[in-house]
Parts: sequence; structure tokens; C-alpha cells
Amino acid sequence: MAVTRMFGASVKRREDARMMTGRAHYTDDVRRNHTVHMSVVRSPYAHANITNIDSSEAAQMPGVVGVFTGADLVDDVAPVPCAWLLPDCNLKVPEYRAIAVDKARFVGDPVAVVIAEDRYQAEDAADAVKVSYEPLDVVTNQEAAVKDGAPQLYDDVPNNLAFQWKLSGGNFEEANQSADIRISQRFVNQRLIPNAMETRGVLADYNPGSGSLEVWLTSQNPHIHRLLLSAVTGIPEMNIRVDSTDVGGGFGSKIPLYGGEMIACGIAKKLGKPVKWMESRRENYVTTAHGRDHIDYVDLAATSDGKITGIRVEAYANHGAYLSTAAPGVPTWLFGTMLSGPYKIPNIECTMNGVLTNTTTTDAYRGAGRPEATYLLERMMDLLAKETGLDPVEVRRRNFIQPDEFPYTVATTLQYDSGNYDAALDQALEMVGYEELRKKQEDLRSQGRYLGIGFSTYVEVCGLAPSSAAGMMGFQGGLWESATVRVHPSGKATVLTGASPHGQGEETTFAQLVSHETGIPFHDIEIVHGDTDRIPFGWGTYGSRSTAVGGSAIVYASRNIVEKAKRFAAHMLESSPEDIDFNDGVFSVKGSPERSKTIQDVALAAHLAWDLPEGEKPGLEDSYFFDPTNFTFPFGTHICVVEVDAETGTTEVQKYVAVDDLGNVINPMIVDGQVHGGIAQGLAQALYEYAAYDEGGQLLTGSMMDYCVPKFEHIPHMDVGRTVTTTPVNPMGLKGAGETGTIASTPAVVNAIIDALSPLGIKHMDMPFTPQRVWEAIQERKGS
Amino acid sequence: MKHEITVTVNGTKHTSEVDSRMLLVHYIRDVLNLTGTHVGCDTSQCGACTILFNGKAVKCCTMLAAQADGAEIMTIEGLAKNGDLHPIQEGFWEEHGLQCGFCTPGMIMASYDLLQRIPNPDEQQIRHNLEGNLCRCTGYQNIVKSVQFASKKMSGAPGDD
Ligand code: FES
Ligand code: FES
Repeated sequence: MAVTRMFGASVKRREDARMMTGRAHYTDDVRRNHTVHMSVVRSPYAHANITNIDSSEAAQMPGVVGVFTGADLVDDVAPVPCAWLLPDCNLKVPEYRAIAVDKARFVGDPVAVVIAEDRYQAEDAADAVKVSYEPLDVVTNQEAAVKDGAPQLYDDVPNNLAFQWKLSGGNFEEANQSADIRISQRFVNQRLIPNAMETRGVLADYNPGSGSLEVWLTSQNPHIHRLLLSAVTGIPEMNIRVDSTDVGGGFGSKIPLYGGEMIACGIAKKLGKPVKWMESRRENYVTTAHGRDHIDYVDLAATSDGKITGIRVEAYANHGAYLSTAAPGVPTWLFGTMLSGPYKIPNIECTMNGVLTNTTTTDAYRGAGRPEATYLLERMMDLLAKETGLDPVEVRRRNFIQPDEFPYTVATTLQYDSGNYDAALDQALEMVGYEELRKKQEDLRSQGRYLGIGFSTYVEVCGLAPSSAAGMMGFQGGLWESATVRVHPSGKATVLTGASPHGQGEETTFAQLVSHETGIPFHDIEIVHGDTDRIPFGWGTYGSRSTAVGGSAIVYASRNIVEKAKRFAAHMLESSPEDIDFNDGVFSVKGSPERSKTIQDVALAAHLAWDLPEGEKPGLEDSYFFDPTNFTFPFGTHICVVEVDAETGTTEVQKYVAVDDLGNVINPMIVDGQVHGGIAQGLAQALYEYAAYDEGGQLLTGSMMDYCVPKFEHIPHMDVGRTVTTTPVNPMGLKGAGETGTIASTPAVVNAIIDALSPLGIKHMDMPFTPQRVWEAIQERKGS
Repeated sequence: MKHEITVTVNGTKHTSEVDSRMLLVHYIRDVLNLTGTHVGCDTSQCGACTILFNGKAVKCCTMLAAQADGAEIMTIEGLAKNGDLHPIQEGFWEEHGLQCGFCTPGMIMASYDLLQRIPNPDEQQIRHNLEGNLCRCTGYQNIVKSVQFASKKMSGAPGDD
């Protein structure tokens, strides 16, 4: 392998050049002649029978091309597919129509669409569609929805229970019987709204002459979307092109296939015209999948010296009105399997009830299941510290899996690849100045001030995933990744990747990797992603998998290129491959470095093919499909220091320290950026964000005025550090960086606030810690 | 009703007939095809649509095209001159001030306005003055550094190069 400065260098991002000059092409920026615009008529009721739709007036309005109801399109567009079919848990997947037929099940459920020549006309006409409803009883809370007598969303889903999923290792009951300490706590992990800055949208252009469909789509996984669009529209996969090169953030919300996009494609085919639809932000709030929304009942068993012997979780996940594409997998496999955290917990039991309610669907949101597991576990660690009188640091250390115990199989059957949890914790303690902080806390407490220090020592599973594991879990896809490295006659290279970055910077990181492996200069390497017409196949970007899995495919393809080039170089130098050294893009004869050929020389010779080595074929290109043998398990320690103002209930984050171990790091600048953004989202769950419904199922936080997407002043400065423990799972020894910040930060912030408030006897409160909520809690305690 | 407007955008004069209700952001994006100015919300919260309007940062989703008659506008496309990035763009590049890039044009135009008013802002001033622009990707820290970089570069502080 060539060693260049590329691996580990903070190279500036090449995608920035187009993005910061206004030259990127997000979906709404793509222009096609004769495009018509779609607007969606949505149910204002959370649960209602649709008794009549009168579109006669709308159809006559200026510019209107057509009005379509669900019934009109039943034969053109199949129901929205669910692609995570959990085995062995009595899963019921209710019919999910892209446009509701007969019955609407949440506020925002589409009931008709209008197509017009411009978007203003389409919206005017949508307002003129008259729909009659017969409102039904509504249920929005998952615990209420499973009770007998609750309003039923579907005739064939009794008690609104879509599934009951169980996982267990060891015997929790026994552990609990013999425990010195038993702690029980209920946690609400509130519903969040992803709020990618670019809303969802689509431009679908069907050519009746060729029978082909071109789709520009806000997607994290364009090949999956192509496959699903083919299934629902009947257009063969090879005749569909999906392009998602520039996407304005996703955070999980652009994994699912949604009805709006399907309908636009179906109508484009029907009309033979390009159809564009971009969600408004308000539509985004009610129709793009939300995240989290768990209610978790947790029991923990431990010895008197603070060793955990078992944990049991009985939980309810709110899936909203339908099962979104990946929804069933999120609160189950991505949650239950991570209940051991970085700790040795021999007995684990999890029961997850997946519940349907009259709310927006939920699906993956940054971290997806793992933040929920980490949150409850890290809160339980602090409760255990309180109960035993141990320092929260000590109680964690006593339960850590030790460095020499890896690979370590936890009770939930995952095998952790590698780790050194104490090392990350030590570094974080040093960065934050822990001992002094505790002294300062004591001082301030004596003055009646509330300083708190919160920990989160987390481990997460990423690098999704071995395809055999995907199959076992019921995910209807593989999770390998593909790469093609194509060296042109000029020695410049085009790399096709199945990963589909939308902010993560892989156009840069992957070029660094290829340059590192082949010695081809960084600027001579183009990374192509997001275009299904150019890339063989790919499963996309989510689950912190792009570099761990997609990058691995690139490394192996690059190595195959170098191997072939070495054989060519040997032939050209009249030597044998064993006698050739390769360094920084140059092949030379061992012992006589002046006899050399560059990889560019070889690329030209391989394409000219005037003098091929025996048995060799022309060209210099390789495709590689990488299926990992295991997940990866990044870990670390986050520490948050807050002061709570008892007069106002306001929380001020005074210090935030993150030490993450992500294995090797290709581009530290980009990885720091991923960590910052992740922390901001997790911290915002602790302090600000909350999707609130009223009893009638109206989303009360349905705009950026009402839902607190954090602004500059809401996010503190973050100090980021790293330890490095490599993984054997991939050739780069790296673990993945996209979700750690979000997974780790929420409990660190909450633990800090509870620590601050502990002199008042407060042991737990649910998120978000808004000033009002905190103030009320303080008043209540002070009053009593 | 239709209105005839004459607007100078990035130094080029355009005369167009627009509907009374057409938003300025749609005029810029759909009539002039300058798609670097983005739309991220419908309540004037996000700042993705920020442009310079007669030298001041405005969210052009809250203005009508008809109000722009006679105005001088600069959008993100007009910031780099002769292929040379503006120091603010350089700052965003150097300090990794963008990820998905969707908020970036608005963020840069708002920073331009800020640095005109306060050439050497401290961190607090940056955070305060840019609070009308949302970014979901970066956690803001590197945007603060980007603006600081630009501020130094623009004031010609020694040691920039
Ligand atoms: S589009 Fe959000 S403020 Fe203008
Ligand atoms: S870079 Fe994605 S929203 Fe700011």
C-alpha cells in the first residue's frame, strides 16, 4: 500500500466549491421544459371517513391540468411499501395508500392532488377541492392506543398493535430475584422532527416514447428508491433513473419512500409530462417521518457494590398511522440489541410493542433506536450511582467491558469488535477538569447555585451491516456496498460509489482513500454518487455506514487496480511482479529505483494494449462488492457541565467535552464536523425539541415558529477529542462517525441537569428541559 | 395584476413582468434561474433565502417581486468575482462551515451583512447576529470560525496567508 499524506489529513472539501457558490443542484433547482406542478390536498382531521370529494370547481381553475383522488390512482400506483418485515413477532403491515382512499388516519394524510402549470395555480386549485369528512375518535398516544376500547385505526390490527417484538439473553427474572438493588424508572423519549433544511421533493420526467422515467429525488438511498419506485409504478428498474447527487440533509428522514414521490412518478407517467413537487416546510412537519417517540419501562438489577446483573425493558414505540419503510426495525433491532451499552450485563430482556396511532409516521432519525437505548441506560447508570452512593464515573468503570475482553459478545448476541472504554473516559475527565469541577460544584451549592456534571459513556453499533444479519432481522435488502474504480487512459480516475452522501463529505474522503491507495493525485479523482444510471448498485447512506462499508469497497477495488497495474509495470520494465515496489503511484524495480513507471504510464499502456502481458486484458478498472463480516462499535465519553438558574429554570451549558473513539480517521476536519452536528441534535432533544399533539391529533409544533430547531445561541461551544482503537472489521480500521454525537449527547445533558437539581431531591424528569418545566419542578420541590 | 419591474441582480439589469403575488425568492429562482438562493421554510425562520437587497441582508421569501422594482440585489452567485472566492466563501471552505450546503448561501449572505456592520465580531456577536439563519448540519461551531476567518482576512490582519 502506498503511503501518502492523504489518509488522516484535513483536506478541504471539494463539494464545497459548488455549494458555496450557489452552483449545487438540489432537487428544486433542476429545470425541465413543460414541467407541471403538484399540490396536495390533505386531511385536516386526524381520523375521519372521507365521504365525498368534489373537484369540479378546482378542475376548471386557471392552469389546472388535472385533479386526482386516491381512487383515481389505485391502478397506477401500488401502496407504499414497508421494507422491514420483522420475523416472529406477529407483524401486521396495514395497507398504506399514497393517497388515502375512504379513510384518513392523520392530519396531513393526502386525500387528493392537483396538477397545474405553476405552483401558485396548483395551490389555489388545491384549496378549491371540497372534501367531506365524517370525523372519528382519535388516539395519538401509544399507551392509550393499545388499551381495550381505544379508537381503532384498522379493522385488521386489533388494539393498534402492529407487532410485539422480544429479545432476551440470560435470565432477567432470576437476576432480579437475587439482586441487592432494584431500580425501576419510566422514560419518555419524546417525538422529534428531523428538519433537514431542504424539505422533501421530487421532479419526475417520463418519456412515453422510450418508456423511461427520470427522477430527481431528495433521497439518502437512490437505488433502494429506484427499486421501490419500480415495484409501485410497474416501470422496469432499468428504465428508471434516480438522481440524488445534491441533497440538503437527511438525518434518516430521506430513507423512506413516501407517497408524494410515488404519486408524482405515477402522474408523470399518466400525463407524459415532467411533474414537480416540493414540500412546503409545514407539509414537511406533518408528512416527513418523525423520530424517537418511545415510552420505556426499565427495571435494573444490581449488586450492592454497583455491578449490574440485569436489565429489562418493556416499551411502546409510536409508529404513527402507517408503517414507514424502515420503521419496524428502528425500535427493535436497532434498540434492543444495544441495551448492554459498554457494560457487562449478563441478563437482558426487551419487549417492544409497535403501536399505530393517528399521528405522522415515525422512522429512522439520526441514531435511530440507539439514542433511545443509550439514553435509558445512561440515565439508569446515574440512578444506580445515586442508589449505591458511588460516583457516576466509578459506577461506570465497575461495569465496563475491559480492553482484553474483545471481541466481546453481549447478552443480546451482538459481538463488539474492539474497545477501550476507560481510555476515552480518562481523556474526557482530564479535558473537563473533573476533580476541580466537583469542588466548584460544592462551593456553588453552598451559595444556593445549581451546577451539574453529566456523563454519557456510550457505545453504538454502526457500519450497517453484514447482509446475512439484515436478512435475519427481516430487512428486505442487503447491506453490502459497491465501488467501481475506473482509471482513464490519462491516468485520472472516476470512482462510482453506492453510498449516497448528503452532507457527510465523502466526495472528499473517498478521493483521499483512492489517492492513498493508488497514488493518483487527489485532484485527478472524481467521486460519483447518487446517480443510479452511473453507479452499478448501492444501498445508500444511513447507519454510519458510508465510509465503513462503502469506503471498504473502494479500498479493495483500488487495491485490485494496483495489483493489475503492478503486473503491467513488471511487463513494461521487463521484470516480474514480485520484484516490483509500489510507492506513491510509482512502480519501480526492487534495488533499481531508476527503472520505474508511474501508474499514469501504466494506465495509458493498459488502454493502448499494444503490448499486453500474457493473459492480461486491456483497461484499468475494477468493481468490488464489500459485505462486512460484522458491525462496528464506536464508543466514547461525553461530559456536559450545566448551571441551572433556579429563578428562571434556564439551563446554561458551560462546557461540553466529547471524546469519541471512531477507530482511524481519514479526514479529521470532516469527522469533527460530524460530531459537532450530532451533538447539536442530541443536545437539542435534551433541551428544546418536542413534537406536541393535541387530543384531536393536531400537531401543535407544526412550523419553525413553534418547533425549536436550535439557533446559533442555543448550541454551546464543543471541545472534541479522540482516542483511537482500530477495528478488524474493515481494511481501514475505522468505525463510522455520523451518529455518535447524537447518540451520546442527550443523556450527558440530561444527567448534568439532574445532577444540578439533585440537592432538591429530583432524581428524574422527562425531556425536553425547557425553562418552564424546570422552573415548575424547582418550585414544586421548594414548596414541599 | 401584473407589474413591470426593473431589478439589477449581480450587476445585470433585468426588466420583467410579474404577478402581484409572486414572491421575490421565486422571481430570483424561477424567472432569473438563480437557484443558489434556497427556500427552507414558509415562516421566515430559516434564512436559507437570504440575499443582499440594496446592500442589506433580507429574507427574500418575505418580499414580493413587485417590491424589488429599482432595487440592487446580490445573490450568492454574484459574490465570487472573476473566479476568485470572496473571503467569506474562503472562510466557509477553510473552516468546514458547511455540510449539506443547503443553508450555506443564506448563511454567507447574512455573514456579509454582519461583517459590513461589525468588521471584527467576537463569537457572541457572530452568534447573535446570525440567529436568523438555521443550520441543521454543523452545530454552528465551524460557521463561527468561518466568519472569524473571513473577518481577519477582510481586515487584512497580518498572518493571513
Ligand atoms: S425560506 Fe426560510 S426564511 Fe426565507
Ligand atoms: S450545512 Fe446543512 S443545513 Fe447547514
